[in-house]
Amino acid sequence: MTGLPGFPGHPRPNKPAPPPAGASAGPPGDTTRPPAPSGARPADRPRSQAAKTIDDKIAEGVSAYPNNITFHELIARNKRHSVWLIVAMYALAVALGAVMGAALAPFFGGIDRAVTTVDETSLGVDLSAWGDVGALLPAAGVGAALMAVVAGLGSVWSFYGGSKAVLRMSGARRISKELDPQLFNVTEEMAIAAGVPMPELYLIGDSALNTFATGRDPEHGAVAITVGLRQKLSRDELQAVIAHEIAHIRHYDIRFGTLMATLVGIIVIACDAFLHGSWRVALVGGAGRGGGRKSGGGPAVIVLLVVAAVLAIVAPFIARLIQMTYSRQREYLADAGAVELTRNPGAMASALRRLADDPDPLVDTANRGVAHMYIVNPLKKMHDSHQSLDSLLCSHPPLAKRISRLLALLR
Amino acid sequence: MLFGIIGSIVLLMVVVFWAVATYNGLVSLRGQCENAWAQIDVQLKRRYDLIPNLVETVKGYASHERETLDAVISARAKAVQTHDSSGAGVGEQARAEGELSQALGRLMVVSEAYPDLKANQNFSQLQEELTSTENKIGFARQHYNDTTTTYNIKIEQIPANIIAGLGNFRDRELFELEDAAQREAPSVSFS
Repeated sequence: MTGLPGFPGHPRPNKPAPPPAGASAGPPGDTTRPPAPSGARPADRPRSQAAKTIDDKIAEGVSAYPNNITFHELIARNKRHSVWLIVAMYALAVALGAVMGAALAPFFGGIDRAVTTVDETSLGVDLSAWGDVGALLPAAGVGAALMAVVAGLGSVWSFYGGSKAVLRMSGARRISKELDPQLFNVTEEMAIAAGVPMPELYLIGDSALNTFATGRDPEHGAVAITVGLRQKLSRDELQAVIAHEIAHIRHYDIRFGTLMATLVGIIVIACDAFLHGSWRVALVGGAGRGGGRKSGGGPAVIVLLVVAAVLAIVAPFIARLIQMTYSRQREYLADAGAVELTRNPGAMASALRRLADDPDPLVDTANRGVAHMYIVNPLKKMHDSHQSLDSLLCSHPPLAKRISRLLALLR
Repeated sequence: MLFGIIGSIVLLMVVVFWAVATYNGLVSLRGQCENAWAQIDVQLKRRYDLIPNLVETVKGYASHERETLDAVISARAKAVQTHDSSGAGVGEQARAEGELSQALGRLMVVSEAYPDLKANQNFSQLQEELTSTENKIGFARQHYNDTTTTYNIKIEQIPANIIAGLGNFRDRELFELEDAAQREAPSVSFS
């Protein structure tokens, strides 16, 4: 347990939250606190058990990292992972296009020429069409190309997708400097540290502890924070949280998040269309051409169709898996990016620790579509599950793991 | 023969493309450094502007802390002078600003002893502004140093250093604080 500044190993019940690790502050060592937070914690909340387990998990997690890990390494590692996940998503879309193209080819006469060059079978079933891989290549190529074009168009569209719509949906209201000079100052500090323009600031009238960023590029950035979180954090913690959001903006996470969501949507629609369309084509083709030269039925046809159909059923799930893995990577990246800006891992960790203690993390106006943009998942079911297990389908990593990564930097 | 000619043309094109891309990359990096420096400058000026106000407010409550107040005023004057003299380098400016930070830190420590002053709303506003400005200077410095380090490394690396040499890209000075005492951020905040 050595080397966990600011984190008493096992906070006992009825004790205020661990103090922020202000002592390890970076260059601008301010420790101003807003009047509200620490002591005013309701004592009767049954959080002692949960708190113990999360701190144990944090401590376990910290030891998993190399002793001298720096945020530069964390950032590089996260970026590598992210690139691979985007590549994987495109690859999945294109592969799907290829398989579907190949499976549907015989029904559209796409392999006519190839078929005539091989022996007609006596079975009445055009097995040669499936046996000759080369004959399928053009169709697979067309399918893949089609998918690549659609994915490309979708990517372009997603770059200009309406990110500001999220702000309207969340009921956030824009605030000016007079209303909250400290919040403005803190945000300006982080914008300066990141070298990005000052984002617009919004308040969400919700007592939950949460915040999110939006905007397709730093010039259109906006940060929204709930009233609950604004009141609860010390200046250092507020700085860390804002830095996390600015890191999202600076890393173009909103743009790439939308890109991922668009690609998932394209894959889902393509699979849906294939599943619905292919059976009809198969039936029509099989019935209409059964006796002809080019039979649509036959065992091999069915086999490939089944393979394609299974893929069409599984692919949306895989796509979602990739998307969520990507989303979790970006959360880690934003945490590390926040430390790059504040040079104060302790403050980020203690802010997340407070979020972990939030008894009511729901943001009333949040929904699945925007959940990935928040600093912690704002949905009840998801929040509970990502607190306890590292589910593959969660948009956020468990808070304990995120805190462990940050504390690993402090050793 | 034909292959040789086509080969050399392709090779030449590749080299030209690389040279142009590298040159443009360096120009953009240098621009970022200059922009980062401008950011520091904005915050330094903001601090110069805040100080007279602060001194006036403190004077009203703690007039016999003359020594500390004078130290702030003269440190500010010196920093402004260094700032305005065209010959001063980054290092000289950093030294002057470091001294100003220290003087301000001392002023904040002595004002601890005046409850009336601390209760003054104008003072607490100034204090938040000053805390933030100190932070902004710190973060702007951090950003400037990060950008400048990237630039300095880039112009020394092979093969970009060839382009840097031809294009007259020079090493830029980091904005560093002189000694450990100055590196310590002034504790202008109390809760």
